[in-house]
Amino acid sequence: MGYSGFKVIKEGLFGQKGWRPVWRNPEPKSEYDAIIIGGGGHGLSTAYYLAKNHGMTNIAVLEKGDLGSGNIGRNTTIVRANYFLPGNSEFYSHSLKLWEGMEQDLNYNTMMSQRGIINLFHSDGQRDAFVRRGNAMVNQGDDAILLDREGVRNLVPYLDFENTRFPIYGGLYHPRGGSARHDAVAWGYARGADQRGVDLIQQCEVTGIDITAGKVTGVQTTRGVIKTKKVAIVTAGRSGQVAAMAGMRLPIESHVLQAFVTEGLKPVIDHVISFGMGHFYISQSDKGGLVFGGDLDFYASYAQRGNLPMKEHVMEAGMTLMPMIGKAKVLRSWGGIMDMTPDGSPIIDKTPTDGLFLDCGWCYGGFKAVPASGWALAHLMATGESHETAAGFRLDRFRDGVGLMDEEGTGAQHNLH
Amino acid sequence: MRITCPLCGERDRREFYYVGDAVALRRPSPDAGEAAWDDYIHNRDNPAGDTQDLWQHEAGCGAWVVVDRNTVTHAVNNVTLAAKVTR
Amino acid sequence: MRLPNTPEATVNFTFDGVPMQAVPGETLASALLANGVKHVARSFKYHRPRGIMTAGSEEPNALVTIGRGANIDPNVRATVQEVYEGLDAYSQNAWPSLRFDMMAVNDLISPFLGAGFYYKTFMWPKAFWEKLYEPVIRRAAGLGGLSAKHNETLYEKAFGFCDVLVIGGGPAGLMAALTAGQAGADVILAHEDSALGGQLLSEREMIEGAPARDWIAATVAALEAMPNVRIMTRTTVTGAYDQGTFAALERVGHHLPRRDDLPLECFWRIVAKRAILCAGALERPIAFPNNDRPGIILASGVRAYVNRWGVAPGQAVAVFGNNDDAHRTAVDLLAAGVRVAAVIDSRHGAQAQGDYQLIAGGQVTATKGRHGLTGVTVSTETEDIQISCDCLAISGGWNPSLHLTCHMNGRPRWDETLAAFVPTPDAVPGLVTAGACNGTFDTSGCLTEAAEMAATIAKDLGFVVKKKPIIPAADTSPYQIVPLWLVEGRGRKWLDFQNDVHVKDVALAAQENFVSVEHMKRYTTQGMAPDQGKSSNVSALAVLADVTGRSIPETGTTTYRPPFVPVAIAAMGAGAQGSGFAPERFTTSHAASLGRNAPMIEAGLWYRPSYFPQSGETTWQQSCDREVEYVRNVVGVCDVSTLGKIDVQGPDAAVFLDFVYTNTFSTLKLGRTRYGLMLREDGHVMDDGTTARLGDDHYVMTTTTAAAGQVMRHLEYVRQVLRPGLDVQVASVTEQWAQFAVAGPRSRELLSGVTSADISNEAWPFMGCGAVDVLGIPGRLFRISFSGELAYEIAVPARYGDSLFRLLTAQAEAMGGGAYGMEALNVLRIEKGFITHAEIDGRVTAFDLGMDAMVSRKKDCIGQTMAGRPGLHGPERRQMVGVCAITGDVKLSAGAHLFEQAAESVRVNSQGHVTSVCYSPTLDGEIGLAFLQNGRARIGETLRFVDHLRGIDTLCEVCAPVMFDPKGERVRG
Repeated sequence: MGYSGFKVIKEGLFGQKGWRPVWRNPEPKSEYDAIIIGGGGHGLSTAYYLAKNHGMTNIAVLEKGDLGSGNIGRNTTIVRANYFLPGNSEFYSHSLKLWEGMEQDLNYNTMMSQRGIINLFHSDGQRDAFVRRGNAMVNQGDDAILLDREGVRNLVPYLDFENTRFPIYGGLYHPRGGSARHDAVAWGYARGADQRGVDLIQQCEVTGIDITAGKVTGVQTTRGVIKTKKVAIVTAGRSGQVAAMAGMRLPIESHVLQAFVTEGLKPVIDHVISFGMGHFYISQSDKGGLVFGGDLDFYASYAQRGNLPMKEHVMEAGMTLMPMIGKAKVLRSWGGIMDMTPDGSPIIDKTPTDGLFLDCGWCYGGFKAVPASGWALAHLMATGESHETAAGFRLDRFRDGVGLMDEEGTGAQHNLH
Repeated sequence: MRITCPLCGERDRREFYYVGDAVALRRPSPDAGEAAWDDYIHNRDNPAGDTQDLWQHEAGCGAWVVVDRNTVTHAVNNVTLAAKVTR
Repeated sequence: MRLPNTPEATVNFTFDGVPMQAVPGETLASALLANGVKHVARSFKYHRPRGIMTAGSEEPNALVTIGRGANIDPNVRATVQEVYEGLDAYSQNAWPSLRFDMMAVNDLISPFLGAGFYYKTFMWPKAFWEKLYEPVIRRAAGLGGLSAKHNETLYEKAFGFCDVLVIGGGPAGLMAALTAGQAGADVILAHEDSALGGQLLSEREMIEGAPARDWIAATVAALEAMPNVRIMTRTTVTGAYDQGTFAALERVGHHLPRRDDLPLECFWRIVAKRAILCAGALERPIAFPNNDRPGIILASGVRAYVNRWGVAPGQAVAVFGNNDDAHRTAVDLLAAGVRVAAVIDSRHGAQAQGDYQLIAGGQVTATKGRHGLTGVTVSTETEDIQISCDCLAISGGWNPSLHLTCHMNGRPRWDETLAAFVPTPDAVPGLVTAGACNGTFDTSGCLTEAAEMAATIAKDLGFVVKKKPIIPAADTSPYQIVPLWLVEGRGRKWLDFQNDVHVKDVALAAQENFVSVEHMKRYTTQGMAPDQGKSSNVSALAVLADVTGRSIPETGTTTYRPPFVPVAIAAMGAGAQGSGFAPERFTTSHAASLGRNAPMIEAGLWYRPSYFPQSGETTWQQSCDREVEYVRNVVGVCDVSTLGKIDVQGPDAAVFLDFVYTNTFSTLKLGRTRYGLMLREDGHVMDDGTTARLGDDHYVMTTTTAAAGQVMRHLEYVRQVLRPGLDVQVASVTEQWAQFAVAGPRSRELLSGVTSADISNEAWPFMGCGAVDVLGIPGRLFRISFSGELAYEIAVPARYGDSLFRLLTAQAEAMGGGAYGMEALNVLRIEKGFITHAEIDGRVTAFDLGMDAMVSRKKDCIGQTMAGRPGLHGPERRQMVGVCAITGDVKLSAGAHLFEQAAESVRVNSQGHVTSVCYSPTLDGEIGLAFLQNGRARIGETLRFVDHLRGIDTLCEVCAPVMFDPKGERVRG
């Protein structure tokens, strides 16, 4: 069923009776051409592009809970292409292009809003690092503008330019960056995949991966055994547990990242703004809530809830940067589990097991990657070759040190990225 | 989270620095080979449950401690001075 | 309307500019009702007129704005805000006025704005989303607004510690605090309301045969008399965290006229060995058609206004419920002299408990009155009855306030008898629940349960509970309820009043297969408003269960996340505004530098002088050039105390340093200094610096300013974790020593005047070090150079730093030199190709820096093995080189990328990047340091230098990184 303003009006006139389920609830078949473990953003977009780009429709997404109940539903919805290292640049650039056409492609309003991202810097050294980044973005074909202090003031006059501990020197402005409605992304891809015949199977936990003679033959699930020759593990937050079913140990440590939202407020913050002297970034949702976040809680955790010291740190950073938000009241905070890798960049790769694929290690950057990750993994699964935009996301780069993508420059300590 | 430093007593999490899995107690020899070093530096069991990790009481006595902890419940079961751990 | 015999209304306040009077201590909601104001707000989505629905912090409707200018405080609950003299409250989310709100047009077109409608439209034409649709949506959304001005209000933070934290000061909380306090435990009793007593304050119950208020007063007096009990009123516990840590928000100044010396709020971190949750319960509404009109109030709220505040919320009050509280409310209204229009009890066979009209087995199926209720329609199986009333009290039963038990991922359990969720035991370690929040709804049961729990906890903590707590005689009425979630009929049946979610939205979500609770919640926004669904989640779940044909437990549970009530960012972030975000570190020369008008810049937490301007200079470049010339030609003085200084002592100090540095320090002679390179274990460069050997077992290491903390932590890590067998100690002495670089051809001459030591080239050669006297003070002298000139660093105990800096600077000036700052320091080091963290950015290897030879293969050291990985060296790596401008009039810029001359400036062609640049007055040209693919083999090449961001596209020549005095002769002079 196509969605449109006309249809909304028609259904409004006739009591909304015509809306049909956004996806079916199929029973799992005994065999599929491919199985995607994990019905989050990446898993759903992989299914969508497998069906759309590669014509693979006899496939299933197995989700242990509800579709979209992982990090796709618990992030701060930022979309950007402001990476600077080769390997990352081309991938996120591709992703942003897919975001820009997502609504029309999916016929679902994911509310992608290119309100512009401003990364602030507070010293000459930070400025130089951001200029390097910005130039890399332009080299890649994306947009970046260097703002001086007055340039920042013109865009966001409500920052504290006078009294703050770390004065604002300027900012790197990425106008095409922005935010989107996170749940809608999951639902839009789910609907698109379902319409193309993909079976989205909820409440179906994978409990084992069947491997014979180095080849995948199927998966064990709480709803029975399902045969297949291709399995993708797309379970960020739980990648290690699922990979262990195939005897793998991953370069991943799981950490909690918190996010916060305030009560609805009239429009006051029009951009996405990030602070350079402490982890803090903020935007305002279409509903009016200020959505913001900070750094990891820093210790390995699967708790999906955050600690108090980091909450306070984030609020403190907010107060030193933009004390006008002081009277906004936080109404909810939550934590997502991040797959942290040793260089802060993700993994989309084959594994030593034939037919087993891995899409993990998204650290805290998984949301913006949803379209391109699905696109690249679908390509890898269908063709056996890495997609050109994701060729750098090799699993073995840590072992040989070739093509590490350490954007933070903090080295192989998982929680520092 | 609160951690009981063996030297200072129970303290708030914010006094501690976290580095990661206590695998660091078992540093391979230089000739242990590529796989051993890859495991040491990069690969992690990353359990959802009981784990051992390394923290420093940085804003306190400076002691590095091994914390026996649960990654799901955040229960802290034991804290030992890293220097005293038999390895 | 105020009831007879209430205190006089003496406090003046305004609502929407209209002057009114309030009784001291009452809430804004109470005062508004007393003044006959029923319509106080507009709803979020449809801008429907809304009134006051509750008497507590769970209020979904009556949100107002308080204050003006920078003090604008939006979304304040009128049911929590106490009135003070001069309070200026006004309505929000309405234009041009509360009564005539243009956006109420949304309500007329609401059939088109059902759950999730926005996901299905606004997609065409593509460009219209950002330009038209979204701005309109954003303007319509939101409730109150921020001032957009810097916060001017004081907020504070504090820590608290106790044996037992009692959360909530109703009957259970008071009893728990009393029992634990009497046992000798340190108790904090945190209570949200301004007065202790909880729901008892709103009831006409008796305890020990006397009004409950008497028991409350006696108990509070007993608690106040105990030095081990701390009572915190107006304090809401907002979150439960690990190991007994709780967050709490104390409203310190909200109930008083604004005072500059009093914080508005204080955010508490309370660490408790044990906690007892006595948070009570929240009454829930019933979903019936148009159940949102101003004047429709929860029955418990009606009793609070009548019994506690002496305010009648209406002149003719109807009561609608499915449990005995409906009758209790009617009886109380009659006792207060308020007319009861009717009691509608959905239970067949309900009995009247007073002299009022009872419609048993009836349901309210319609209401009327747009800006205030004027009547309801009651339907029974046989007839429809019209009842005139201006207030409808509703009681759909009670939900235990178990929110905190969910904060650590606990899920509540469904209790069929109570038709409510109750807490799961041990959901938060160390926290027990007692009273109504535990599903025990009668006062006697609350008191008994709380006393027993508190006694058990006190015993567990080792306190002696001398005698069994005495439980006063109190109300034992059983809680009898027949669930009623939904009343059919024409019109929207609101569930989430705050987000304007009604029953049809939930049904539509289910129709579209959003049948899990999480999906329904996210699709409809049910429970995602400021009240976090406190009064609506359970009802919505029940409706979802109904439309999907499942039981409530099958459908799922609801969860709650911190904070329990919304918390101002300024409260949780208190202290950080302005300079409070991070500590400030000052060198001993700070005052002297300021005295010389040096602009101070942040260097990590430190402040360092950027340059020292002199009269006649109009740009920093002029000062910088002059200061560079001081050092190259005469002598300059620079405070380098911010560099990390770490004392390394012990018999194994040398072995230890050999392990942390790539090069060898055990061979370093006494009285000598050596440059060292330190790697991370992953093989990349961590830091560099010099280490001096002051004794056989005594070294002093210097680190960069940026990495001082990281290196110190790393050394302790190596010492304690990796090499616990070594006999070595490390201690940071950064704060203890003031250290100054004295650099330039005449530096020896200058220093000869301050030390009696023989510092001739023979006696104190390059890289020599040792103890010296500095005008009689024991100091240290290091002949090291970060400028490439003959130079020393002289160190004295920090207390002498200020005077030594002034002395050295004055001497230097007398010689024709002077102080130099960070800008000159940077130029001097770039000219010499010395690296800082602009170069060692965490991705760089020793190979990249041309220092591969410094990584000794004769010994193991941190990072050596991983540095040998194929990816960390070779011609594919970007190697450090110098660059210099070819065209004289072009400035180079850091952050630029390097390309082959003819190549297009796109990613795949980028061969390098520039990390540091400066104008070199010494070489009279623009120079820089860069990392270039296979760079060392490309010295002499001309490359394209592109900085898109600054509009620079020029050519540069690749040169060796050491551009001045490449043989290093000057340092040895």
